[in-house]
Amino acid sequence: MGTGNSIALSKPGEEYRVHYLNAKYGIKSWLLTTDHKRIAWLYFISTSFFFVIGGLAATFMRLNLVSPQGALVQPATYNKLFTMHGTIMIFFFLAPAVPTVLGNFLIPMMIGARDVAFPKLNLLSWYIFITAGATFLWCAISGGVATGWTFYTPLSSTYTNTHVISAAMAVFISGFSSILTGLNFIVTIHKMRAPGMTWFRLPLFIWALYATSIIFILAMPVIAITMALLVVERIFHVGIFDPALGGDPVLFQHLFWFFGHPEVYILILPSLGVISELIAAFSRRRVFGYEFVAFSSFAIAFISFLVWGHHMFVSGQSIYAGIFFSAMTMAVAIPSAVKVFNWIATLYKGSVALDAPMLYALGFIGLFTIGGLTGLYLASTGLDIFLHDTYFVVAHFHYIMVGGAIMGYMGGLHYWWPKMTGKRYPEHWARVAALIIFIGFNLTFGPQFILGVEGMPRRYATYPPKFQFLNIMSSAGASILAVGYLLPAIYLLWSIKYGPAAGPNPWGAKGLEWTTASPPPVHNFDVIPIVTEEAYAYGHEPAVVGSAAS
Amino acid sequence: MLWLATFIPFFAREASSVAPNVDALFLFETAVTVFFSALIFILMIVFAVKYRRRSPDEVPVQIHGNIPMELTWIIIPAIIVAVMFVWGAKLYILLARPPRDAVHVYIVGKQWMWKIQHPEGAEEIDMLHIPVGEPIECILTSQDVIHDFSVPAFRVKKDALPDRYTTVWFTADKVGRYPFYCDQYCGTFHSHMRGFVEVMRRSSYETWLAGQSTSGVSMPAEGAKLYQSFGCIQCHGTGKGPSWVGLWDSKVHLANGQVVVADGAYIRNHILDPRDWHVEGYPNIMPTFQGQITEEQIFDLIAYIKSLATTPGPQGVAVPPPAKNGASTTP
Amino acid sequence: MANEQVTVAEEHRGLVKEQFDDSLQQYQASNLGMWLFLATEVLFFGGLLASLTIYRYQYFHAFAIGSHFLSVFWGGTNTAVLICSSLTMALAVRAAQLSKRKDLIVFLVFTLCLGILFLFIKFGEEWHHEYLEGLAPGVNFTYHGPHAPHVELFMFFYFALTGLHALHMIVGCGILITLIILAARNRFKEHFTPVEIAGLYWHFVDIVWIFLYPLLYLLGGRFGH
Repeated sequence: MGTGNSIALSKPGEEYRVHYLNAKYGIKSWLLTTDHKRIAWLYFISTSFFFVIGGLAATFMRLNLVSPQGALVQPATYNKLFTMHGTIMIFFFLAPAVPTVLGNFLIPMMIGARDVAFPKLNLLSWYIFITAGATFLWCAISGGVATGWTFYTPLSSTYTNTHVISAAMAVFISGFSSILTGLNFIVTIHKMRAPGMTWFRLPLFIWALYATSIIFILAMPVIAITMALLVVERIFHVGIFDPALGGDPVLFQHLFWFFGHPEVYILILPSLGVISELIAAFSRRRVFGYEFVAFSSFAIAFISFLVWGHHMFVSGQSIYAGIFFSAMTMAVAIPSAVKVFNWIATLYKGSVALDAPMLYALGFIGLFTIGGLTGLYLASTGLDIFLHDTYFVVAHFHYIMVGGAIMGYMGGLHYWWPKMTGKRYPEHWARVAALIIFIGFNLTFGPQFILGVEGMPRRYATYPPKFQFLNIMSSAGASILAVGYLLPAIYLLWSIKYGPAAGPNPWGAKGLEWTTASPPPVHNFDVIPIVTEEAYAYGHEPAVVGSAAS
Repeated sequence: MLWLATFIPFFAREASSVAPNVDALFLFETAVTVFFSALIFILMIVFAVKYRRRSPDEVPVQIHGNIPMELTWIIIPAIIVAVMFVWGAKLYILLARPPRDAVHVYIVGKQWMWKIQHPEGAEEIDMLHIPVGEPIECILTSQDVIHDFSVPAFRVKKDALPDRYTTVWFTADKVGRYPFYCDQYCGTFHSHMRGFVEVMRRSSYETWLAGQSTSGVSMPAEGAKLYQSFGCIQCHGTGKGPSWVGLWDSKVHLANGQVVVADGAYIRNHILDPRDWHVEGYPNIMPTFQGQITEEQIFDLIAYIKSLATTPGPQGVAVPPPAKNGASTTP
Repeated sequence: MANEQVTVAEEHRGLVKEQFDDSLQQYQASNLGMWLFLATEVLFFGGLLASLTIYRYQYFHAFAIGSHFLSVFWGGTNTAVLICSSLTMALAVRAAQLSKRKDLIVFLVFTLCLGILFLFIKFGEEWHHEYLEGLAPGVNFTYHGPHAPHVELFMFFYFALTGLHALHMIVGCGILITLIILAARNRFKEHFTPVEIAGLYWHFVDIVWIFLYPLLYLLGGRFGH
């Protein structure tokens, strides 16, 4: 497979080897690739781009909130900023990040397949994603949208004069990208497993992504149709959601949150899977209570479809509905607790190495615990009435989304970086960055809990002066957090060129992805492995027969 | 639970009868959160230090799992969240059921201000004066998008929706000035849509009421005026249309066979879409008042109709003959 | 399943994509993929159907009025057309499984004709008529009787649901044309996976109509609240 001209690019002294990165060159070989590993890179680049845009929006928001009157921009602009921040982070960074970057890269390798079931569809998903992203950027450039990421009617359908249609179309399109990704993953996990790779030998990351994919295919079509209805209402002035025209604005909320809450679990479930991998690898232990952790992902996915009404406790819905949704929401705490306790039990008597990915994992467990427990405040109907739509909510979901989902993503990225690039990143810098992110994160979002309890509402461009001190604290923390995110961007990029070679298994971890070379060959394995033992079989002989780990 | 304000200095002041109940649950959940977060952090740090990797090729003992332990950390969280659920639901029901003797205050949200009407006729914008120690029920609606009326010191909030009435109630128990906010994002100047609740002693409240220029005419009286100026009297006062006496809270038979209760929402709907709510036994001739009547005026009419439920003919207005004369037999 | 014999033949002809081990795996993966896609579609229509149900409950009388504007006759005719097309599609799949090329093409053409007939009745007869009657919300809506805003809401759901369904029919017809061309080139000899998953799609679109017809045309107001 090697071509003559690529030999010149390998350094002297290193044995030349063909792998997925150097098998073909040129921009076309990337843009038309059907290799799941290359598609993962396409997603990595595009989602990172959106993370930067969303992060910049957040930066301006935090700068603005330094002063009660708004230090930087007019309220109209501030409203566009938080809408952009929310929409981009949720639809164009968090939802795709772990599944499409780490999931795409790892699912076939973890289950011992040459590729996903439908490689062309996989590439198509990326193009749909890019189209959606471009549509949203066009919306932002042409003036932006100021409805909040929830697009509540009738504000979005009738009253705002910002660019709702292009924003809603962007969300509509992005839904199909996620649907196709979910479909591809489910079929891959069902049908493409290597011989001997039974369901209960699968790594927990696969279980988590399987649960996520189910939510993708069942929740995304609902947001797509809801956004389509919103667009139709705005263009043709048909009263679907606007009461002035005969519609019902609360129905929009029902439809939106029927998608919206499962969506929240789309964001966190894959990271929960990553953490299981990290905890196992860095304690050299099989995850304690493997079956419980695996099924807890499904429990969360299932319950996620029955909790949407907890976003509407104060919208005037019937109190019986409120009480039902409260009970269902409380139930989510149980599988979440199962995961956390099992991870802690995995550490017990393990062989714990505090490498950077593990620091992220431990940070994740702590912050996810806080984020999850503060979710209970909001699930308690009577207490939610007090805290609903205040900064307490903002703090709570950032503990889950940033402290949870992004921490998990960062941990996973560091853990599998040597596999993806074949290079090691500077470990010391990575540990420092993990620490800075942890501190910066808590300084940013910790004060927001207090702001919420003091009564400061969300989405306020200006606020009473008594909230200023905590807002300044939060903004100061955000600047530390920004440094924390900037560091990995620098040293990870640096490592691609200058990092030392990683070798097939730098962490001494179990799992099929570590049995093949780094970076892996085009079809992942020189010989399809035959699996003879369970996942995380530390303390046993190598799990794989017949794979050449070069 | 007065000590809470001093115990946690940043806590929003407690100034309503339900606030201590809400804060008690808040404290309980905070205790749970602090306990479990501390437990997790401590275990994590202790294990990470105690079982740190001592040699690169160290292989620890393998433990697969432990069913009793799994059951423990399923059952204990289940019990704790069950307590939170029941406690929260009880509060929710308490907050959803206003006391029967509550005084109604009518609040209309619009981009970007709150218009408040007192039954005595006083009107204010972004300020709400109320007497201390008396239950107040706010009837909320919106003229445009969804807003949310939130008073952190009272621990209550409720969305104000267009085309719909929602209610929120509280009994302020401390004299003082407490901020209220719009908590549902409602457009450009969402963050300007805030004001203050002024909780006053009964006597000061009376003085304040008397000093308001609009206080001369109460809401029912204002409604009675509209009853004439909008020409409602021409039918509803002559038997051509149903009488308003005793209408409030009664069952109304619609021409399409439905039976509805004549509450505020029904009256509002009937004024705006009369043909959809055509009452059986009367000609279907009422014109719509959509676009001619404001939400505030509808509130006045509701207050007027409510006042007719018990005392006929307030303010000396000619009261329509009570019973329908049965003459009309329209479809 | 009768697929094992086919497997070898397919592999020889390079019809198994490189990521699959064998033809059976490819067949099962394609099938599962289509079923999952249909699950997505159920939720896609489901959002609209749930809204329709809620509004029908809220505005029962308005929806009854709206429903009376629809042509039960043409709706019923279209139902019959679609059921027949499902039969011919099923026969086409069977012909593909048995590698009967001629039958396959004939049945595919039949199905396509019925699909086009359906679309013709839908757009040419029904939509056209309703547009002229002034029942097209947002475009040409002239009804001013009782419950007008909510009758418009009903008509919107009618156009949205039947429009979305018709869109699926158009996509289905495109797939059928592709299949006919490929069948003419003898591409389905001992390789029927594409025909079978196209059949799944076609039946699904039919079933959607089986729900839409009673919900929109029949249940409107003829039965109790």
